[in-house]
Amino acid sequence: MQPDRTPLLTVENLEVHFPIRSGVFQRQVGAVKAVDGVSFSLQRGETLSLVGESGCGKSTTGLALMGLVKPTGGRVQFDGQEIRGFNRAALKSYRRRMQIVFQDPFSSLNPRQRVKDIIRAPLDIHKVGTPAERETRVAELMERVGLRPDQADNFAHQFSGGQRQRIGIARALALNPDVIVCDEPVSALDVSVQAQILNLLSDLQRDLGVSYLSISHDLGVVEFISHRVAVMYLGKIVEIAPKTRIFAEPGHPYTELLMRSAPSRDPRKRHSFSATNDDIPSATKKPSGCPFHTRCPLVTAVCKTTEPALTAREGGQMVACHNR
Amino acid sequence: MSEMNTATHVPVLEVSDLDIEIRGVNGAFAVVSDMNFSVRAGETLCIVGESGCGKSMTALSLLRLLPEAATIAGGKVVIEGQDFLAMDQRQVEDFRGEKIAMIFQEPLTALNPVLRIGEQIAESVRQHRKCSRREADARAVDVLRLVQMPDPERRASQFPHELSGGMRQRAMIALALACDPKIIIADEPTTALDVTIQAQILGLISDLQKRLGTAQILITHDLGVVSEVADRVIVMYAGRKVEEASIYDLFDRPFHPYTIGLMGAVPGAGASSEAGDRLADIPGTVPPLWNLPKGCAFAPRCANASARCLEERPPFEEKRPGHWAACWEHDDAA
Repeated sequence: MQPDRTPLLTVENLEVHFPIRSGVFQRQVGAVKAVDGVSFSLQRGETLSLVGESGCGKSTTGLALMGLVKPTGGRVQFDGQEIRGFNRAALKSYRRRMQIVFQDPFSSLNPRQRVKDIIRAPLDIHKVGTPAERETRVAELMERVGLRPDQADNFAHQFSGGQRQRIGIARALALNPDVIVCDEPVSALDVSVQAQILNLLSDLQRDLGVSYLSISHDLGVVEFISHRVAVMYLGKIVEIAPKTRIFAEPGHPYTELLMRSAPSRDPRKRHSFSATNDDIPSATKKPSGCPFHTRCPLVTAVCKTTEPALTAREGGQMVACHNR
Repeated sequence: MSEMNTATHVPVLEVSDLDIEIRGVNGAFAVVSDMNFSVRAGETLCIVGESGCGKSMTALSLLRLLPEAATIAGGKVVIEGQDFLAMDQRQVEDFRGEKIAMIFQEPLTALNPVLRIGEQIAESVRQHRKCSRREADARAVDVLRLVQMPDPERRASQFPHELSGGMRQRAMIALALACDPKIIIADEPTTALDVTIQAQILGLISDLQKRLGTAQILITHDLGVVSEVADRVIVMYAGRKVEEASIYDLFDRPFHPYTIGLMGAVPGAGASSEAGDRLADIPGTVPPLWNLPKGCAFAPRCANASARCLEERPPFEEKRPGHWAACWEHDDAA
């Protein structure tokens, strides 16, 4: 990652607010601010992980960038071009270059389609090549992701979870995209198979130079796959930093809590986890000021009233905290 | 976490030669074979493995809650000296809750959605104890306090959907503890939870065990959870035990190639990885239980497999003192 290179993807103040309606006339009485002013950039060949717990807005951010949920605010620039309005025409060319791999390989593949048709679908939609060329490309993609091309006529249900995730990856690769959004691509898989898929993603990046926007709740996966990490909490990025930096010196108290909560890998170094109940506030009733102040050990008066902005620290780290 | 002074040496639960079968369209096949283990009071036994290894079937059989298609084909489950599998339905119901109770993975489906939390707990209390409605209600609030539920009186009068995921799991633990069972079976109790909430629930499970001295069997796929709570570990693969050892022996010197493979496959386990690094994955996939290979079920995925491994199933034997494994490989390092 050299600083002089222009980023491939720039996201500024992205917002996805869902209206809360109530009463006979379904008047809007509030909004769930699922994504509330998120900004980041992604370089070519880089993996940025969005990490956080359920309801933090990490998946909605990914879906919004794919145009699968419409953003209610903010700017997205892809390769120097602004994606305006997220309408069909604007999305079509952009989606050729930006693809997604979903979490659940069981529900994201049509069980009534043959594997070759699933993988070929993007080529058909974007009218790439002749039918014969598409056929060759499917075989090539299957081999690339570790599937046997002679299984092309099988249906998705005939494959195991790991193999289905390979099918999903082959489909995402079909158009040679620049960016693949990976929404929890391994969290539905068993550990031994998870490792195979993580290795595949890592090989593909090395060979094809594709960028990943990886969405994950698993710090082990994040540590393995990322170059940079953005930690989200209740719709906001609270910290963004290079991987090695954030794991060595987490800046935000929430990042610290996340890392402290991950189980130990050494039975001689067990945590003494506190059993006290300490819940994540609901996204409909967000705390005022800093969203984390209700759980923060460093909380002071200012945290309850004023929201801290992301500010730069040493080593390319940015932290949104009044007291750090 | 159990000290020798709190743990007695007499097992409260003993499972021997347990076999479980599923009747499929093409005949019956074994999902659990030759399971043998025991747990003592104050001890936490973790059963670890990937999907389809038989860990959940084993757990369900201990409460005789197996799904319709599955049957116990053989073996014994002895709880406090009594043969649980030989009991009639009434005795089984008396035993459940009173002697042995279960914490399920997904509290939202395991709890009754139309009954208040307090009523569900009181119902279980009244089933096992001769007590008034008021005493049962008071017991419900007591156990909710025991699991550190915030504002237990108010929570007792709420429905499951009104609670957060973490609080629901606390409610389910309270329900399991309502009648002071001797044995708690927890099937992936934190898998559905966020990591900060998982930490709280693991903290709670450890706390409670120290205080109450229950015997605990925890079923999980997560070696991190195992490392946090287990005293002893059984690793299962394709319906059988492949390794059993104390937590330290297992993590210090795993014996079975499958265990070694699992440990290597967990990302982030080593020092901070560099982009482009590879994980030590285990090639292939778990074989289907209705079509297991002839010899060792792990042999087709094992880097050290010999001709013998493909032909003959290795016995489960003591490889080092207190450390058992099913592998033809000998311990050269010892």
